[in-house]
Amino acid sequence: MANEAEREKHGDPDGSLNRRQFFVRIGLGSLAVAGAGTAVFAYQFLSPNVLYEPSPIVNAGKPESYPPDSVTLDPATGIFVAREAQGFYALSAVCTHLGCLTAWKPELGIIACPCHGSKFNRDGTKIAGPAPRPLPWLRMWLSDDGDLMVDRSSPMAVRQFVRI
Amino acid sequence: MAKSLTTYLDELRDSRVWRSIFRSGPGQSNLHHALVVQSNVFLHLFSVKARKRVLDFSVTWYLGALTFGAFLILVITGVLLMLYYHPAVPLAYTDMKDLQFVVSSGVFLRNLHRWSAHAMVLLVFAHMFKVFYRGAYRPPREFNWVIGVVLLLVTLFLSYTGYLLPWDQLAFWAVTVGSNIASAVPVFGHRIRFLMLGGNLVNANALLRFYVLHCMILPLTAIFFIAIHFWRIRKDGGLYAGTPTTVAEKEGEA
Repeated sequence: MANEAEREKHGDPDGSLNRRQFFVRIGLGSLAVAGAGTAVFAYQFLSPNVLYEPSPIVNAGKPESYPPDSVTLDPATGIFVAREAQGFYALSAVCTHLGCLTAWKPELGIIACPCHGSKFNRDGTKIAGPAPRPLPWLRMWLSDDGDLMVDRSSPMAVRQFVRI
Repeated sequence: MAKSLTTYLDELRDSRVWRSIFRSGPGQSNLHHALVVQSNVFLHLFSVKARKRVLDFSVTWYLGALTFGAFLILVITGVLLMLYYHPAVPLAYTDMKDLQFVVSSGVFLRNLHRWSAHAMVLLVFAHMFKVFYRGAYRPPREFNWVIGVVLLLVTLFLSYTGYLLPWDQLAFWAVTVGSNIASAVPVFGHRIRFLMLGGNLVNANALLRFYVLHCMILPLTAIFFIAIHFWRIRKDGGLYAGTPTTVAEKEGEA
């Protein structure tokens, strides 16, 4: 009788499973599979497949609308359009620190972030502040209609001016 | 002579309907008082008796009870605010303004909700400091301290999710900054931010997610852990009385 209870608890001495242990393992295994499935299900459910977010490509208007030697912020799209002697370029106005919208300070000739005080030059290079990286240059081109187009989703590694 | 009020109450307590709801019936004995607590689904979380000393103001400053009081005010005012609030863009902002200027007592409820939220965060911290400096976190109460830390986090998440709901500039930028902090998590940071906001921007999806978290998921989590927190006080030997420091106290304890 004691031997029977011992077998029930620990299985056969040769290491094989008895009926109860076998079913316990089947049960735990099924729970693990169901748990993993639930995790995948939850992750997929919580990730939207369709987003109603604005397009990353922005029409910044006619080049003539920007005065020479100027930096212009479009707060709705979060980009700066700068016009210099060499041509046009677009900068992301989203601070590389924590995503606040920076602003052009014409009296100081710099770009400043209102949230935590990061400062940038008009070409996006960092002057000061907690921001870890400069403001990225964004790909810019001229559309067939002669409008300046900016792709907010493609920062450029190499600086390129758009010459008109 | 007319019967006294106490007699009427005793008769009420002895009636069949009353006794079918509250099993204890009339009586003033200690056993009776104990039964009242023990046979009530809410009260049974607490001890049937406590040392007189631990009920003194100086022992706890009633900080835990005050925190729970703030939580109750927040639940009641919050449910009422939900009746006038649509978690949608741009309705959320105008609904908030309507609560301030159009809805009767709306501004009172909104301000009560806001101030109670600030008070609750303050009280949670004060409660934790009090527990810490009295040494009430020590065994056998160490697990209840852990539950308290969970409740602190739930409180902070409630504050954070509630902060977005007015959908004003302050809310928008605070959550922009907060979600970018979340994206600083190594490897999964951007996925966490995407799941949190339901997109890449703080937008309608983010507002709805924060609303569901704020009004359903986090309050239910809080209630779940508050119940355990209270029940553990009883299970861990009642409120912490502290070690007596003066002779008078030692005699009082004995």
